[in-house]
Amino acid sequence: MARAAVLGRLTWQLTDVVEFVDETPRVRSIVLDAPEWPGHRPGQHVDVRLTAEDGYQAERSYSIASAPEDPHLVLTVERLDDGEVSPYLVGELQPGDKLELRGPVGGYFVWTVEVGGPVLLVAGGSGVVPLMAMLRHRVGLGDGTPFRLLYSSRSLDEVIYRDELDRLAADDGIEVVHTLTRSQPDGWTGYARRIDEQMLREVSWPAREQPRVYVCGPTRLVEGVASTLVALGHDPDRVKTERFGPTGG
Amino acid sequence: MAFVSRGFRGRRREGSDAARMPPGQYLTDDFPVLSAGPTPHTPLDEWTFSIRGEVDTPKTWTWEEFRALPSETTTKDIHCVTKWSKLDTEWEGVSVDTLLDGIDTSAEYILAFCDGGYTTNLPLEDVMNGKAWVAFGYGGEPLEPEHGGPARLLVPHLYFWKSAKWVRGLELRADDEPGFWERYGYHNYGDPWREQRYWGD
Amino acid sequence: MEDADLRLDGNAAAGMFGEIFALELTSARARCASCGTIAELGAEPMYVHAPGIVVRCRNCDDVMIVAVHGGGRYWLGFTGTSWIEAREPTQP
Repeated sequence: MARAAVLGRLTWQLTDVVEFVDETPRVRSIVLDAPEWPGHRPGQHVDVRLTAEDGYQAERSYSIASAPEDPHLVLTVERLDDGEVSPYLVGELQPGDKLELRGPVGGYFVWTVEVGGPVLLVAGGSGVVPLMAMLRHRVGLGDGTPFRLLYSSRSLDEVIYRDELDRLAADDGIEVVHTLTRSQPDGWTGYARRIDEQMLREVSWPAREQPRVYVCGPTRLVEGVASTLVALGHDPDRVKTERFGPTGG
Repeated sequence: MAFVSRGFRGRRREGSDAARMPPGQYLTDDFPVLSAGPTPHTPLDEWTFSIRGEVDTPKTWTWEEFRALPSETTTKDIHCVTKWSKLDTEWEGVSVDTLLDGIDTSAEYILAFCDGGYTTNLPLEDVMNGKAWVAFGYGGEPLEPEHGGPARLLVPHLYFWKSAKWVRGLELRADDEPGFWERYGYHNYGDPWREQRYWGD
Repeated sequence: MEDADLRLDGNAAAGMFGEIFALELTSARARCASCGTIAELGAEPMYVHAPGIVVRCRNCDDVMIVAVHGGGRYWLGFTGTSWIEAREPTQP
């Protein structure tokens, strides 16, 4: 399914909704068939456009959850109750419907093997989606670059890709560290607070090892983590951020 | 026929207010925040409002002086170039007529200037005769910084990018000088009823 | 909406730039015409909730790029940018 990328401008394309995977009560992965898809790199996103019968349009960006070598294009979307697009994508959209999108978009927030490592991924909530594409790609290639994911969620129920992350963490070169900020299950021995400097010191490779860092999630979390890492000595050019805005999108 | 997303309606409110809606606009109950830059936070004891340019004597008011001027409330429909409209919005402010009172000028244009560097241009007559205010209150409350507080220009008969947030004064000019968005593709005048959104419309 | 919420990364402009330019721009480096800072466009703060997209310099906050799309046209203003350096594409 991954073809060589064709140089050219982006255009809108129609994709077919194949099926859904419900990741958490509010988060759904949408599996798409995209016949005109030119291939993508992990971390890129798509712009989704919805059009009503009277021509009214709404557009939002969603990160690609699938790795380039995966058979289908997958988007993972969090349903925001006061959202305009996400309640349609997680609620109204059905297998067999078509979805219009443009992509792949973005070359800045991308990891490929050539970038190297070690790689620190820091996620807040649905910010884990583009980072999951990076993880899936690393695993799909059988690459050995050390990866560490620090993932902040409100509770265990809200951890997206939870089972898959447990399986991936069994790999020698991959570590997954959760922090649950609002409620923790009985017997939880992991982090139970928002990401702070102490946690980053404990989880991140030190600056002298020059890790590549990707931070994604709500703006406030991303800005806090990025500025803390820079204050800890990390080169700002090696700390890449993708801010989702106030919520997931 | 362009592609239509089955079952999608969007967040617009339906209403029987069709006659009040300029072409191409959709009704909203929200008050979206659109900004070209970070929100300025000028302390009130440093805030001033000025009328300058083609005038014999420039005028400046401090915040206290500005708030001591006669003010009024007004209820208006507002229309953003990004296609949302909001009806019956309540504002409190000083009429620009009050600010221009006693000023002799041959100027035909103004350039509103703001904290953060934003500017927008208008014909002088479009801010006179009850068509414009410097507003400090919205919905019965002090205007919030994200919506342009402490004070913004309010010119509801034009697209809302002309209602410059964080306004600090008006420069009266003999010639028309395009402001920020007008220099980057937006229409120089911006009449929503003639759908003047972009340059050349 | 708090101020931090208005500000995204330059990456968020990638969709519009991707319609206009064949070369990927958000991983391109650009020099701010005001202060000379050079950074990847994707790393610069960007304001998308506006009548257009505004990319500002992450060092001095001056406007580097303004992009407006509407009425069947694009307007691109690069006045605040000295130059953009984009790599030739390599196959993924």
